[in-house]
Amino acid sequence: MWDTIFRPYRSSDAQHSDRSAGDRLRHREKVRQSIRENIADIIAEESIIGKNRDRIIKVPIRGIKEYRFIHGENAGGVAQGGQGGLEPGDVVEDGQDQGHKGEGKAGNQPGVDYYETDVTLEELIGIMFEDLELPDLERKKLREMDAERLTRRKGYRTVGIRVRLDRRRTVKEKLRRRLAVQGSLGEYADKRFPFHENDLVYRHVTTDIKKESNAVVLCMMDTSGSMDTMKKYLARSFFFLLCQFVYTKYRNVEIVFIAHHTQATEVTEEEFFSKGEAGGTLISSAYERALEIIAARYHPSLWNIYAFHCSDGDNFEADNDTALRRAQELCEACNLFGYGEIKPHGHYAYESSMMTFFRKLVAPNFMTLRIERKEDVYPCFRTFLSKDRASAEPLSA
Amino acid sequence: MSNLYSVEDLEEWDRRIREKAREFGLDCCPQQFEICDHNQMLSSMAYSGVPSHYPHWSYGKAYEKQKTLYDYGVSGLPYEMVINSNPALAYLMRDNSLLLQILTIAHVYGHNDFFKNNFTFKTTRPEYAVDTFKAHGDRIRRYIEDPSIGLENVEKLLDAAHAVSLQCRRNLAIRKRTIEEERSVLVESSLAPADPFQALHRRESLPPPNLNKIPPVPDEDLLLFIRDHNPDLSRWEKDVLTIVNEEAQYFIPQIETKIMNEGWATYWHAKILDGLELPQELYLEFLVRHNQVVRPFPMSLNPYHIGLAIWQDIHRRHNGPEDPAKRTADEKLFEIRESDRDSSFLRRHLTEPLVRELNLFEYEIKGAQKVVKNVADQDGWLQVKEALLKNVGMNSVPVIKVEDADFGHNHTLYLVHDHDGRDLELEYAEKTLAYLCQLWHGEVVLETALDAKRYLLIHNDGGFATKALP
Repeated sequence: MWDTIFRPYRSSDAQHSDRSAGDRLRHREKVRQSIRENIADIIAEESIIGKNRDRIIKVPIRGIKEYRFIHGENAGGVAQGGQGGLEPGDVVEDGQDQGHKGEGKAGNQPGVDYYETDVTLEELIGIMFEDLELPDLERKKLREMDAERLTRRKGYRTVGIRVRLDRRRTVKEKLRRRLAVQGSLGEYADKRFPFHENDLVYRHVTTDIKKESNAVVLCMMDTSGSMDTMKKYLARSFFFLLCQFVYTKYRNVEIVFIAHHTQATEVTEEEFFSKGEAGGTLISSAYERALEIIAARYHPSLWNIYAFHCSDGDNFEADNDTALRRAQELCEACNLFGYGEIKPHGHYAYESSMMTFFRKLVAPNFMTLRIERKEDVYPCFRTFLSKDRASAEPLSA
Repeated sequence: MSNLYSVEDLEEWDRRIREKAREFGLDCCPQQFEICDHNQMLSSMAYSGVPSHYPHWSYGKAYEKQKTLYDYGVSGLPYEMVINSNPALAYLMRDNSLLLQILTIAHVYGHNDFFKNNFTFKTTRPEYAVDTFKAHGDRIRRYIEDPSIGLENVEKLLDAAHAVSLQCRRNLAIRKRTIEEERSVLVESSLAPADPFQALHRRESLPPPNLNKIPPVPDEDLLLFIRDHNPDLSRWEKDVLTIVNEEAQYFIPQIETKIMNEGWATYWHAKILDGLELPQELYLEFLVRHNQVVRPFPMSLNPYHIGLAIWQDIHRRHNGPEDPAKRTADEKLFEIRESDRDSSFLRRHLTEPLVRELNLFEYEIKGAQKVVKNVADQDGWLQVKEALLKNVGMNSVPVIKVEDADFGHNHTLYLVHDHDGRDLELEYAEKTLAYLCQLWHGEVVLETALDAKRYLLIHNDGGFATKALP
């Protein structure tokens, strides 16, 4: 008869043998990379405005499928029926509700093997804003904004958590103790000299709050009658990204919301993202209100100011010169003034545009971009905020 | 609770199980059981049970998928995981109840016997399996750590090699001819057969064979062909292709005998446990567990269920009073387990009543829907069986062969898909051709059919293109 051996369970093995850890890490890196590459599509498909940050989003992953030669749809297949007879022509599975069945069946059928992963909105936003920051942040006199929390090494202690154990110093301590008692060891001189609790040395770490200059972001949005649902949606998507970005990256940046038609009013965040209005358009009104607010609360010598304006550019013609003058003034006060023109496809052929008009405005910190589709929102946003402005190419400016 | 048992208990049960197994005639390799926890089990599953397997992200993906399914309770962990090696290696999960361990041990001996005796496993060299995998792992890790190669390059190559790893010979019991042998066969077949009436008959003139063509006859081993015929590959790249090919060859017998093998192990675990005279509470648990294993999966195929039903049917047919066979039913079973694989097994032994009993049906895909095409009635059962045969083992992998390594004297790799009525999935074909292009360092052309029209799928530096053939 053949021999059989039982090898009993050893928990030490279990702790050391997490051999899939490296491959899992590599797989997750690939997932993240894939998300990063497709993020413009993902956020264009998902209406993320006003969603809870803990919400889980299903993100289709491309590029990490394992491709092979497989048979296509006309191959069909064989399965076992459940209870009850089946007749030729019966529909046994409807692709429409495939999504609810979970992953259990994916993978054994070619074509159905699409791969999805769950990401929280928080994580997605983290990936989106990874390499963006408010550009040209200057040192201003008053610094009270906490920008980053850094952990910094600060000396050594005898107590601490395991991961911060300093092995080199611990061994030194032990050697020192051994040298001190060497003479008195006697017959134990050749025996093991184990570590003692007092030998352990841990690195000590403190958190450091780095102060940065004050900053304020001014969001100006056109809410006039010509801004239809689609245009408002695009503008709001842009501002939503902007707010999420500021909240994610900076702790104390202030945001001011201004909604305008022929008059401009400062509104709350909630109103800004939900309220609709109607009427004509005087762009200068928004800029004037912005200048007033800057003068009253955010003096340029103390604050970094970022102003963004989204409109369809359908301005009342007589207002154009005033608007240009005010924009000029805003440029002088702000670190960056961005103008995004919302022109869904087919619109700009017959509508007036501020883009041509703003060409007369020459200032290094003034940027104009055109948003045509929802896919443009994120690239456009990136162009405004890229660290390295030279490498970011404007889409259709 | 039922978890209260020691390794000694298991050894005692194992002794009794082995006695029973031997009494029934099972013939096993030495066996090793390793007791593990569920995390180790998940890890083992991700690497198909292979210890010290080489790293690749796809195994991380497999782990994540298994873990998600396990965490959400969609699927439990398998009771058994056996590796075809000598000594055979199997894992027992320590959280399982005593009965599950007994059931697993009995089931594992079924697999062990099958691995040792079935003809498809003759080429797998089980006594070297563990060492071979370890050597593969060490080599790949060394390439990853080599600063002149690095993770990125090894991973890129593995991605490409994995994509075509199953495009290789299916029946390893047939020896592959060398190029010289192929050429002499071609020469022989081009000579007119010996004719006793030479003086009367006009000499038949056969076209001379083209002996310069590479390969002389279409070659199925895509990875090996590329390894041997792409002079630009460096030594480590050739080695990686060899490793991936060897692994595929090792696993093909298991793919080829899934239904037989699982059915066989299930058949014997049931017989062994029936013969163990289990105490009542264990026996009841056994009935429950056994029925969980062999219940049909609606809209899917349960190899345990189908395999077991066929083995039982064979036994019944050779044991019945209507057939006073010379051989006993058991002898017949052992003979079949040695000489069949899934496709021959099903072709010979899946009868009309069985197709009906198993409630098998054939479906086709119409848009987003699966529509029943044939059911197990008098007119349909043969079609259902034929369709099943097309989907078992390696039959579900399209057959693609190298036709010409220098098509149009252009260093173009010309492949032909043996079209059997099933088209290729075009997106997957495109991506896989891209991988082949990367391995071949040049243009790759695949001849196939889509909607009953011949097409060439072409992949080169310029990207992917399709061209209709006249």
